[in-house]
Amino acid sequence: MKEMICIVCPKGCRLKVDENNNYNVTGNACPRGAEYGKNETRNPVRVLTTTVKIGGAKYRRCPVRTEHAVPKGSLMEIMQQLNSVCLISPVAIGDIALENAADTGINVIVTKDM
Amino acid sequence: MKHELVVIGGGPAGLAAAVSAFESGISDILIIERDKELGGILNQCIHNGFGLHRFKEELTGPEYADRFIKMLSSTNVKVMTDAMVLDVTKNKQIHVASTAGYQIIEAGAIILAMGCRERTRGAIGIPGDRPAGVFTAGSAQRYLNLEGYMCGKRVVILGSGDIGLIMARRMTLEGAKVLACVEVMPYSGGLARNIAQCLNDFDIPLYLSHTVTEIIADNGRISSVTVSKVDEKRAPIPGTEMHFDCDTLLLSVGLIPENELTRGAGIEIDPRTNGAIVYDNMETSVPGIFACGNVVHVHDLVDYVSDESERAGRAAAEFIKSAEADYTSVSLKNGKSVTYTVPQKIRVNSGAKLFDVFFRVNRIFSGSSIVVKAGGSVIAQYKRDHMTPGEMEHIRLPKVLIEKANGCEIEISAEEAEK
Repeated sequence: MKEMICIVCPKGCRLKVDENNNYNVTGNACPRGAEYGKNETRNPVRVLTTTVKIGGAKYRRCPVRTEHAVPKGSLMEIMQQLNSVCLISPVAIGDIALENAADTGINVIVTKDM
Repeated sequence: MKHELVVIGGGPAGLAAAVSAFESGISDILIIERDKELGGILNQCIHNGFGLHRFKEELTGPEYADRFIKMLSSTNVKVMTDAMVLDVTKNKQIHVASTAGYQIIEAGAIILAMGCRERTRGAIGIPGDRPAGVFTAGSAQRYLNLEGYMCGKRVVILGSGDIGLIMARRMTLEGAKVLACVEVMPYSGGLARNIAQCLNDFDIPLYLSHTVTEIIADNGRISSVTVSKVDEKRAPIPGTEMHFDCDTLLLSVGLIPENELTRGAGIEIDPRTNGAIVYDNMETSVPGIFACGNVVHVHDLVDYVSDESERAGRAAAEFIKSAEADYTSVSLKNGKSVTYTVPQKIRVNSGAKLFDVFFRVNRIFSGSSIVVKAGGSVIAQYKRDHMTPGEMEHIRLPKVLIEKANGCEIEISAEEAEK
């Protein structure tokens, strides 16, 4: 039995996941919690939010995020790849800053019009 | 210069208030913002988790702000950036310094949406040297996320509020070593999910019932901190000292509503919230001046700031359109284990059928109920499975219940549920 705090929403349900019983989840207040509990035990994923360099804008950093959640183990590699990304203003929300980050098949996208 | 409505502050509160006032039929609106763009603190909160209640999706701070900025751009609300309001008077004159010079703007109604600021080292009085390298978590966040400066490599964080937790992860991702997060209370001040995904994910230890008892400097920069365990009265226990070699100490030790302008206007302040005393429609003690968002009380979710601010926007529009208002009201009081309530007053004849009341408890409850009393007798009870000081609570009082109080003060308290 694995215990964890659900991070899907700010409510923070205390989940119990039974690895020996088809990853059965208890303590969740919604179906998304059950899904999180299962995934968190089998293959934990996170949305990465960070910034990249930008030229010609009001500020020197442009906020970005992975379009979907990526495996937890790939976060540092994506951070490394983003170090060499430099955007030029103008950019818009949803523009791709980095394609197929760390071979996850997931893009890193811009989260602010700059 | 004169405007029907002036909104002071272009963060989440000001944006939502302006949009809703416009939608309620007010077209001559001005937002005054001191930064160079709209969005307020959301611009530096690049992490996700915003908007779950409101938009049913997880947005980052800038994305959440963008939703409102786009709504605003389809209105004719005017925006003045790089402009600092220096004074607000009781008769609704606003003194502004901006690149255009010094101006006095007259307003038919005003919405105060200045937000809050961080408590600093001075507010908590940490002994020791006074070197460089001690930052509030929010200023480090601004340096890192907007301006592109990394403020340290070996970091200790004092306080487990959400900004501190978010910065623990952020600094780690950017290559710093976060040695510890230290919290004086026996529980975290941040959301449970932030403990999980900001500390646990990166194996950052959280020391509850601990605090920083000394800051030691070398050559003008912080070189280490001493951390001690504290007793139930939050006094450091001798002999429990630990030392962390660090070049940076981030403080996440609470937020204070920024109410210099409010006080200057002679508006009544509630010492429990450090914000204005407000009616259910977010009107302050000065008719026609409203307040919303973190300048009234510190929220933990921006979604709630938007809701509250929309209420203020609608009410300001109503004030501008109709001359007469009935201020007959009952007062709300915080009872046992409740630290404050917002609003502090409910207008009985406002026409509203439901009244939202927000408050915080002062300790952790599991299996509890919120008790509403008037004139010594219980008039309502609400069950809660779990309550913590870090999470704002909310009840919705129907008008019939307010009438039941018969003009008596209404008291809200938290109690262990009867088994």
